[in-house]
Amino acid sequence: MFDTALTSTDLIFLAKGAGMTLLVTAISVVIGTILGIIFGVIRYQIGPIWAAPLTFVLDICRSIPLLIQLVLLNAFFGMVVGLRWPGLTVACIVLSLYTSAYCAEIVRGGIEAVPATTRRAARSLGMTWGQDMRQIVLPLATRVALPSWIGLALGVMKDSALVYVVQVTELLKSTQILITRLQEPLFLLLICGAFYFIISYPLARFGGYLEKRWSND
Amino acid sequence: MIEIENVRKSFGQLEVLKGIDLTVKKGEVVTIIGGSGSGKSTLLTCINGLEPIDSGRILVDGTEVHAKSTDVNKLRQKIGIVFQQWNAFPHLTVLENVTLAPRKVLGMSKEKAEEIGVKQLTHVGLGDKLTTYPSRLSGGQQQRMAIARALAMSPSYMLFDEVTSALDPQLVGEVLDTLKMLAEEGMTMICVTHEMAFARDVSNRVAFFHKGVMAEIGPPEQIFGAAQNEETRKFLSSVRQ
Amino acid sequence: MFNYTFQWNQALKYLPRMLEGALVTMEIALISMVIGIALAVLLTAFRLSGNRILKAIAQTWVEVARNTPALFQIYMAHFGIASFGIHLSPFISLLIGITFNNAGYLAENFRGALKAIPDTQTRAGRSLGMSAVQSFRSIILPQMLRISFLPMTNQMVWAILMTSLGVTVGMNTDLYGVTQDLNALTFRTFELFAIAAVIFYLITKAITIGARLIAARLFRY
Repeated sequence: MFDTALTSTDLIFLAKGAGMTLLVTAISVVIGTILGIIFGVIRYQIGPIWAAPLTFVLDICRSIPLLIQLVLLNAFFGMVVGLRWPGLTVACIVLSLYTSAYCAEIVRGGIEAVPATTRRAARSLGMTWGQDMRQIVLPLATRVALPSWIGLALGVMKDSALVYVVQVTELLKSTQILITRLQEPLFLLLICGAFYFIISYPLARFGGYLEKRWSND
Repeated sequence: MIEIENVRKSFGQLEVLKGIDLTVKKGEVVTIIGGSGSGKSTLLTCINGLEPIDSGRILVDGTEVHAKSTDVNKLRQKIGIVFQQWNAFPHLTVLENVTLAPRKVLGMSKEKAEEIGVKQLTHVGLGDKLTTYPSRLSGGQQQRMAIARALAMSPSYMLFDEVTSALDPQLVGEVLDTLKMLAEEGMTMICVTHEMAFARDVSNRVAFFHKGVMAEIGPPEQIFGAAQNEETRKFLSSVRQ
Repeated sequence: MFNYTFQWNQALKYLPRMLEGALVTMEIALISMVIGIALAVLLTAFRLSGNRILKAIAQTWVEVARNTPALFQIYMAHFGIASFGIHLSPFISLLIGITFNNAGYLAENFRGALKAIPDTQTRAGRSLGMSAVQSFRSIILPQMLRISFLPMTNQMVWAILMTSLGVTVGMNTDLYGVTQDLNALTFRTFELFAIAAVIFYLITKAITIGARLIAARLFRY
């Protein structure tokens, strides 16, 4: 198995793929989180009826395969609108929206976990809505939301493997290209899997640890 | 007959039973009183083999509970136990709670088990709650259901471990009345309890446990009227306040 | 810009073929769930067992399933297994990949659910003369499945979405595969995938609503 035709050039090729995976993930998680917080707060603030259109759109992002979302938006920009955007841009737009859909749920759950009595106490002390949000809700909701958010970020990294469909060569696609050339599927897949695992596993454990610690007090 | 001979039991450093001897004859009602941590509840869980013991032995109808060759599942059919926390099975209706063990353990048919279940539940005053789920019952009703559940296995002995301690005060009476009824019917019972009036009314003998030792045992008139042990008198005067 | 003419009729005439694909998609998801639940119960038992080898197997399974992309797992089930000289059909590879993923995630859920059931439940069963196995089957397992019902529903939705990945190992009879083939034939990419999206959306909604109805019937306590 270790008798391989893999050259250092190939390894650099894989590393570039890994870099692309991390880049797409980072951009999408940052934008998606910002959008998710905005959407989550809006949904909480204006109530379920007024938020219904937003809820519906976000629900769609969670109910159809990411692959189709990528193909559809790519086709929409390319064929319908006639914009020749690079695959990376489309990938980041779709993944950001996808992230925001899940993030909005996490944010809403976090806000709802803050007891109404605590908030009333804050307001009764003369705090404004903004002060209440920043000083009371944010710290308390973060505790509830952070472990889930870590899980979401890792999920986005894993799901970013699908952006190959809009011609972005990320890690798994790079691996597949090498597999086709070198015909060593198992070895190459193990390298690729190890990369994902090494990033995901410690962070997932950290999230689990936070969840356990914070749920005890 | 339950024979407890020189039973010792420790949890780590703490010795909770320091050589207990007690024999309970058929038809007898023995109540065990004492402060918390006196070992009285541990003794009950040892009698039906839920807890192992360190030394001594416990015989139920001549069968040694903790012997390797003993089939504890078989033995437990003879010994019903009801805990402080009633441990209702939340996913089953009241009737299903009661019929589960007869069906699974005794291999009874559904009809036969239900016949017994209805009888026992009616007996404890829950005949109108058969298809209700436990979450809809009060604590006292759940505890009576737990009693019916144990009775449905037709045990020869019943052990009651502080069955009223977790109940709201106004619900204690209905559960104690059920126990009294069982006692009057001749069930052999060992009750660990904090209810002194109950202990005085139903017991043939009352045992006082203190720091892992059975400090005194005797008929209720003796324990409550003329206790011979200094610790018994101290304990009783403390609970009477 | 915006001089594109939508040709829905041209795409819609393929609807019957796409619906057939949807059936295959649901079939794969359902089979992978049934086997996945059974395997997850087994993995949970392994993790609770005292046997270190069984524990290690279960632990590795769960962590790999949760910490690598589903697409990677499907590649492994296809190209990885193929390197041992075993060439599986795309259908089987996809099924194995999704089942592996389902089992790993569900096993983790089951473990969490078990933690939520107090030990005294087993104790109550044992005190009635039930054996450890009887107590687990009649008392613990039903409660565990109830607590895990919502996560199981979510996993079922995931399984539906994951079937779209089969196309990467040559699957072309599921909804995504059929759509892709039709796209190569007609180039009505947007229309075809939009229809596929609607079908996927309706399937996942049906699962969520169906699960809610089943839960209401099943869990009346």
